Amino acid sequence: MKLAMWTYEGPPHVGAMRIAASMRGLHYVLHAPQGDTYADLLFTMIERRPSRPPVTYTTFQARDLSSSTADIFRDACREAVERFRPEALIVGASCTGELLQDDPGGLARTLDLGLPVIPLDLPSYQRKEHWGAAETFYQIVRAFAANRQRPETIDPLSCNILGPTALGFRVRDDVTEIRRLLESEGIDVRVIAPLGASPADLARLPDAAFNIVLSPEIANPAAQWLKRTYGMPIVSTVPIGIGATRDFLAEVRAAAGLPPRPLGAQAGRDRLTWYARSVDSTYLTRKRVFIFGEASHAVAAARIATEELGFTVCGLGTYMREFAREIRDAAARYGVEPLITDDHLEVEDAIIAARPELVLGTQMERHVAKRLRLPCAVISAPAHVQDFPARYAPQMGYEGANVIFDSWVHPLMMGLEEHLLQMFRSDFEFNDHAAASHLHPHAPAAPASAAAQPVRDESADGATAIDVGTGWTADAERELKKVPFFVRGKARRNTEAFAASRGIRSITVETLYDAKAHFAR
Amino acid sequence: MNKPFPPVALNGVCIDPDRVQGLSGTDQPGRILRQRGQHEVFCGLTSIIWLHRKMQDAFFLIVGSRTCAHLMQSAAGVMIFSEPRFATAIMEERDLAGLADMHDELDGVVERLLARRPDIRMLVLVGSCPSEVIKLDLARAAERLDARHQPARRVIAYSGSGIETTFTQGEDNFLAALLADAAKRAPGRTDSPARLVVAGCLADVVEDQFARLFTALGIDGVTFLPGRSATDRLTVGPGTRYVLAQPYLGATAAALEKAGASRIDALFPLGGEGTRAWLAAIADAFKVDPARFEAVIAKPLQRAGEATAHYRHWLSGKRVFFFPDSQLEPSLARYLQRELGAAIVEVGSPYLHREHVAGELALLSPDVLVSEGQDVERQIDRCRAASPDLIVCGLGLANPFEAEGRVTKWSIEFAFTPIQGFEQAGDLAELFARPLMRAALLDDAANRERLS
Repeated sequence: MKLAMWTYEGPPHVGAMRIAASMRGLHYVLHAPQGDTYADLLFTMIERRPSRPPVTYTTFQARDLSSSTADIFRDACREAVERFRPEALIVGASCTGELLQDDPGGLARTLDLGLPVIPLDLPSYQRKEHWGAAETFYQIVRAFAANRQRPETIDPLSCNILGPTALGFRVRDDVTEIRRLLESEGIDVRVIAPLGASPADLARLPDAAFNIVLSPEIANPAAQWLKRTYGMPIVSTVPIGIGATRDFLAEVRAAAGLPPRPLGAQAGRDRLTWYARSVDSTYLTRKRVFIFGEASHAVAAARIATEELGFTVCGLGTYMREFAREIRDAAARYGVEPLITDDHLEVEDAIIAARPELVLGTQMERHVAKRLRLPCAVISAPAHVQDFPARYAPQMGYEGANVIFDSWVHPLMMGLEEHLLQMFRSDFEFNDHAAASHLHPHAPAAPASAAAQPVRDESADGATAIDVGTGWTADAERELKKVPFFVRGKARRNTEAFAASRGIRSITVETLYDAKAHFAR
Repeated sequence: MNKPFPPVALNGVCIDPDRVQGLSGTDQPGRILRQRGQHEVFCGLTSIIWLHRKMQDAFFLIVGSRTCAHLMQSAAGVMIFSEPRFATAIMEERDLAGLADMHDELDGVVERLLARRPDIRMLVLVGSCPSEVIKLDLARAAERLDARHQPARRVIAYSGSGIETTFTQGEDNFLAALLADAAKRAPGRTDSPARLVVAGCLADVVEDQFARLFTALGIDGVTFLPGRSATDRLTVGPGTRYVLAQPYLGATAAALEKAGASRIDALFPLGGEGTRAWLAAIADAFKVDPARFEAVIAKPLQRAGEATAHYRHWLSGKRVFFFPDSQLEPSLARYLQRELGAAIVEVGSPYLHREHVAGELALLSPDVLVSEGQDVERQIDRCRAASPDLIVCGLGLANPFEAEGRVTKWSIEFAFTPIQGFEQAGDLAELFARPLMRAALLDDAANRERLS
């Protein structure tokens, strides 16, 4: 058993539901107890869908367990087919349904429903939401794209886009952005799946020259199968960020047999490059960022942070064990310890230890950051309703980079404010505790639950008191308070490390400045 | 409006031949429709969302799956981050395969939790569908843990699973477990039993208002169940009278009666009429002088009427359709019909405790269709066919209905908002009126645009 107050991912059947809800003409019959229909809210409320997701639940109750839950499942299948007339049916069980061992796949096959039935085997007690989505998509692609005859001649400029799903982070606008980008290169986008595709569309997948995987967490198994079966090359760069978008386009052109573009031909298509170069952004240099989220979004964010915005990555991690290797490789590039965990308490500890000036994470990190009074931007699922915005807000491509520049810089205190805070520290309105006017309007004066967690000492500077056998003199402690609050934790830690390494037992003002000179911020 | 439904063998509809026997002896609504099919409702776990706020020194540990944890964080929205007093012990493959002893594993999780939250005075183990299907004995686990953690902490258990409970029924099971725990500890008690137990979680402000009214009526020895603290004393004995403040408390009522308490039968305290009737039944049971009763409630009753009147023109004559959610539906429908002049099309309820809601059903017009349970697709068909002015339904259906051009009121809000009592009667009316007001505002704006 595992103690969880928060989970980064839902169960695997929610992943399957995301595939069903993304597509047209596909219906999902889910063997699940009464109450599991809560998952409908994810789509109707968070994503604000105007229609119910195409899912029929058996919603069995305790009294049904003594009779035949298999009969309930059969009836649900028949009624769903009759009422919704889908092109195909996927069937499976939720975690409790799995325990009943009614074998939804076997039952549905015996019903002679007159349409393709794809059984899903999603081990709820082992796997999670993204795995469930990837497995479901793979099974559906196999079911509809197997045994196709690839056309004799295939337009080399044709491709499919694989991976976008319902409840994906900014997926709606990413698809628009990337499609526009590809069309500007003369590439013909044939099928986008699963988002908006029908089973019949999936059958046309082998007709295109190559596949673009925008979300490896969801489309990798399907794309690998299409590569093995039909020799379809995969474009795997996730085009989040300017550098990644250029690499992506180069990879697309190579896959399409087009000559590479001269370096610089893409210049001027975004504003991030100039905005980050303009002197107003100089103060962003080497700001420490902690990054956590879906693997591909986290890796992309680390690259943007270092190469395009001039930040320093002080922590990098994901909750997806399946993508641990990608995160380890990236973490090695930035010289940080990779963090692979789905335990949010571990992530919180890592954020406290890393003392970032900005947190880029999921909805969960937003709240950890709020507690620690750190600026934060959401870069990945799980996200809440505010990250399914009405406005055009892609993460991918050139406009995506513009959106990213705005949303990541926004929570930081602005340059002049930062300078003035450093110069005049006792202003009654404009001080450490007031922070920036736009920052955390509802942040409590002290971390809300500090009292409830006696193990942790979260003082206002976000630092955890570390007893390393050295003590601060009162003067030095006062001087430390003059360091701007967002780097004060780091200054404390550096000074203590410096003192410990030199065997200094009492930290004075001198020690503080010695350490400052030693580390040079 | 209410066409007959063809009898269908499976997953279908059968018409209950028994008419509900009303206490007042008046005519009952024509019939009760019993349904069995897909239920679009929450499970009992969701009641933890308000219970953990009401009882501040209790912690609710769900023993379940990742789905349970996901449900809780999806349903609790952003509130989950302000250090919630609930969590999930997620069962894993090794637990199910018998590689790990479930009870040892649970003990480990509890140790870890209590180390993190030493302030907890009562730990509540909450059963879920998976824990019940594999027959994990949480009652036994609670007994064992209770023995180990006495006297610093109490440990109790109840079921909030979807297979056993619908939404508010989770609270019912929790209160019944509290009573069982109190009974177990009773022999050591010397305090005298409560004279009146008010059962059902109420907003703090509502509880305070009722407490003031009881004092004004001269009724003392009143205990609210649940209390605000796990250590609140609760003693029930043969002299105890109890009154339900919520309609979903079948198991709680049974537990109270087992302890010797007897029920005061009343309408539920929604709206001016409901609150008056509820208080009158209590006053009657405690032999309060009628003149004194009238004097105490005169002003608040008048205020309730005034506040409700502000919204009457929005709801008067409007046709309202209730999907099942919390069992509050019959009382809400009665209030809408009688105090706001609405016409009720269908009242769906996940479960009807015949005896407890008899008074409510007796006051509904005879042409109202009362349905128990759900077959959601058929109910949606009925709703579309009736084309009501306002649909009261859950969040899974609300936006899809709005997208069809219909007006909805999401029902879960009734469980999270102070709606009982005289002073909240206007707020309750506003909850129903607001979607209609909003639709009118936005439509007006759209019309202006078209004309300009």
